[in-house]
Amino acid sequence: MTTNTEFSLSREDWSLHRKGHQDQERHQEKVKQAIKDNLADIISDEGIILRDGQQIVKVPIRSLDEYRIRYNFNKNKQAGSGNGDSQVGDVVASGKPADASGKGGQGAGDGQGVDYYEAGVSLEEIEEMLFAELALPNLARKSAEQVTAEDVEFRDVRKIGLSGNIDKRRTLLEAIRRSSRSGDEGVSIRKDDLRYKTWEERDLPDSNAVVFALMDTSGSMGLFEKYAARTFFFWMVRFLRTKYETVQIRYIAHHTEAKEVSEEHFFTKGESGGTICSSAYELALQLAEAEYPADHYNLYPVHFSDGDNLTSDNDKCIQLVRELCNRSQMFAYAEVNQYQRNSTLMSAYSKLRHPTFRTAMIREKADVYKALRTFFSPAPGEGKLA
Amino acid sequence: MNVAEMAELDDSIATMMDIARQNGLDFYPMRFEVCPADILYTFGAYGMPTRFHHWSFGKVFHRMRLEYDFGLSRIYELVINSDPCYAFLLDGNTLLQNKTVCAHVLAHCDFFKNNATFRNTSRDMVERMASSADRIRQYELQYGRDAVEAFLDAGLACQEHIDPSTYGRMQRRRWWEGRYQEQRGMAHDDSLRQRPKRSPYDDLWELDDSGNASRNEATDVGRPRFALPQKDILLFLIEHSPALKSWERDILSILREEMLYFWPQLETKIMNEGWATYWHLRIMRELDLTPEDAIEFAKMHSGVVLPSRTSINPYHLGLAIWESIEKRWDAPAKEGERRIPLEGGGGRAKMFEVREMENDISFLRNYLTKELVEELDLYLYQKVGADWKVVETDWEKVRDSICASRVNGGIPVLYVEDADLNQNGELLLQHAYEGVELDLRHLEKTLPHVHRLWGRTCHLKTVVEGREVLFSCDGKRVQRKFM
Repeated sequence: MTTNTEFSLSREDWSLHRKGHQDQERHQEKVKQAIKDNLADIISDEGIILRDGQQIVKVPIRSLDEYRIRYNFNKNKQAGSGNGDSQVGDVVASGKPADASGKGGQGAGDGQGVDYYEAGVSLEEIEEMLFAELALPNLARKSAEQVTAEDVEFRDVRKIGLSGNIDKRRTLLEAIRRSSRSGDEGVSIRKDDLRYKTWEERDLPDSNAVVFALMDTSGSMGLFEKYAARTFFFWMVRFLRTKYETVQIRYIAHHTEAKEVSEEHFFTKGESGGTICSSAYELALQLAEAEYPADHYNLYPVHFSDGDNLTSDNDKCIQLVRELCNRSQMFAYAEVNQYQRNSTLMSAYSKLRHPTFRTAMIREKADVYKALRTFFSPAPGEGKLA
Repeated sequence: MNVAEMAELDDSIATMMDIARQNGLDFYPMRFEVCPADILYTFGAYGMPTRFHHWSFGKVFHRMRLEYDFGLSRIYELVINSDPCYAFLLDGNTLLQNKTVCAHVLAHCDFFKNNATFRNTSRDMVERMASSADRIRQYELQYGRDAVEAFLDAGLACQEHIDPSTYGRMQRRRWWEGRYQEQRGMAHDDSLRQRPKRSPYDDLWELDDSGNASRNEATDVGRPRFALPQKDILLFLIEHSPALKSWERDILSILREEMLYFWPQLETKIMNEGWATYWHLRIMRELDLTPEDAIEFAKMHSGVVLPSRTSINPYHLGLAIWESIEKRWDAPAKEGERRIPLEGGGGRAKMFEVREMENDISFLRNYLTKELVEELDLYLYQKVGADWKVVETDWEKVRDSICASRVNGGIPVLYVEDADLNQNGELLLQHAYEGVELDLRHLEKTLPHVHRLWGRTCHLKTVVEGREVLFSCDGKRVQRKFM
């Protein structure tokens, strides 16, 4: 506006200046990548499993900090200014004081940042990334036979149809409407008022999955073991839901005997005593036989144990597992073994060869992710089906 | 800001510049640019409109932008230390806000131009940064974006460790000259250094001899191969790192140059903001404001100087100290203040002297008085259990602690202590521990970046819980060892 040499005041068109947005986008890309790289930690985070209906989860992303050599904020004395009569011992703040951010000035930033970068990620985004890596194993056998069932559904109303399918209510309504429009007294039904229900044929995908969650609840199963199992089932059910219309879970807890229990009981109650795994397999087989015919249901029995089985029971287990494998899409055995104990069950199963049988060892939280990837990957020699 | 408002702002800038000049402010030609919030926040995040691309700037931009959108905080202006001086004003500000901002900016510019700390900063940094950004862009095309980005990550992690002091520069020069003389078999004699040069290019002629001169490597024995200890870690890496390619050296030089440019702003934050606040108050008082405008101005000003219980607001503290200097030198107390001439009336003169000669540390040490600490109710607080509690109100301890927190711009001081540790070319950094511990998590994550720049095992020695600890990174993992 002015052409003064001392000063000028101007307003330019900045609409093509996209630098900040470009680098912001690059940052978001890096956040996505970091989430992908940290999936193992993220999916085993308590915050996600125990979240109460929140769709956005805060995910700590440690690799995106800009690291510097800096002072330890928590061990340092800071200065502040009070209202006039601050005394030693006054509480300034509880927890971490807010960021020291005055009016943003020029120069390199010198404020103390948060400890780690927290990205708000929706559960869907995490699922999308996680499930992109998973596939349903051994699906070929079923898909050839019967993935859809024909069904008849009445969901349309027409003027022409079979007299057996007359819709009395709509017919009457039409008659009343017509009579009052023309001002006739009384109601008579004419041919024009007749309404018929009509049906459509529909292909219903017949895809139901049942998860048998088997868990050892003997005294040796501690908090960590249950947490690992819980995390695993959480993601497994979510994954199966993207593939099947309905997914049911049946919880079977066992020590020396097996019984079906509620979800809450399954994850929270512990019992004591020894371990006989075959009892759970027997119960699962009974349930499968009685309620879930193999040509209608896809079975996914998953067994979590610490591997501390009664040695004399192992042979029986192998035999029952083989039977279960025959009926199932996949039988998974996950052993939660934090302290690298010698396990009797895992060594027994190591000899078992079956196309639908899979095992995984969980030593730390992040292994839940590995287990998911082991169980839900295409069988060897099988193309990627999902 | 509509057209009429722009015209009015134009007029009042002229008036304000007159007022400022009458009061003794001395600034560069000013270039005011009104720009939208997006752009202002971009500049704020990068520190300079023309700076290179990096995701970390994008992250800061995103955060600042969010805070602005949610009304949590806002930047009113951004002023750049350059000649001519660029100042960016927010389009969304009201006319009165932009007037205040202009007055504020004039004082910043005066400070940039006249404060000793800024004496060596390049005043053409806008152009320099633009050309550096171009070079980095070229490297991206040549060596791949990921390679350049990863290198910038490493460089930015170490960028604060430079040495802007004159002392450091002199020491480095002495070492280079000593080495130069020894290579020619000359005696290491300080009198030689005094030899007058006929022209600044004499050393170029001497390069001719360097090929013929019998380079006696043996003379290096007994003499350190590096100028140690050296605080300018970035420069040390540029000059001596065996791992860097030439483009990588160039990027480090760019980062160092930019840090040297920003450094004086770190060292004078409280003075500079206080000075600008002092002057926007004085200049705005001279303008004819309507009652509504006067109230709006008062609101804006009090928002800017709002003290915080958990940090020092530089606007608030700076303004208070400047006003106290003026008062004390204008009307000195009868006794006690022996440094102040008793006749009084020297307030402004003293202020201009301080604005020229001092930085934050000396400013606080010399002029943060007992009365001020009590009046502003300054205290120290610390984490006690789960809460943060006031632990100190004694004025000298409070003053000293605030001073200490400004040492080296608030950044821990590190030195290169050895560059051939274990006769294996390993780098040893020493933390100059003065009672405040380092953030160990950050330390362990930063060392791999140092390793990337040095190419061999790197160590950092510091003190944790009263014991000396050596952190070492061999490129794969970081170990800590108590000494």
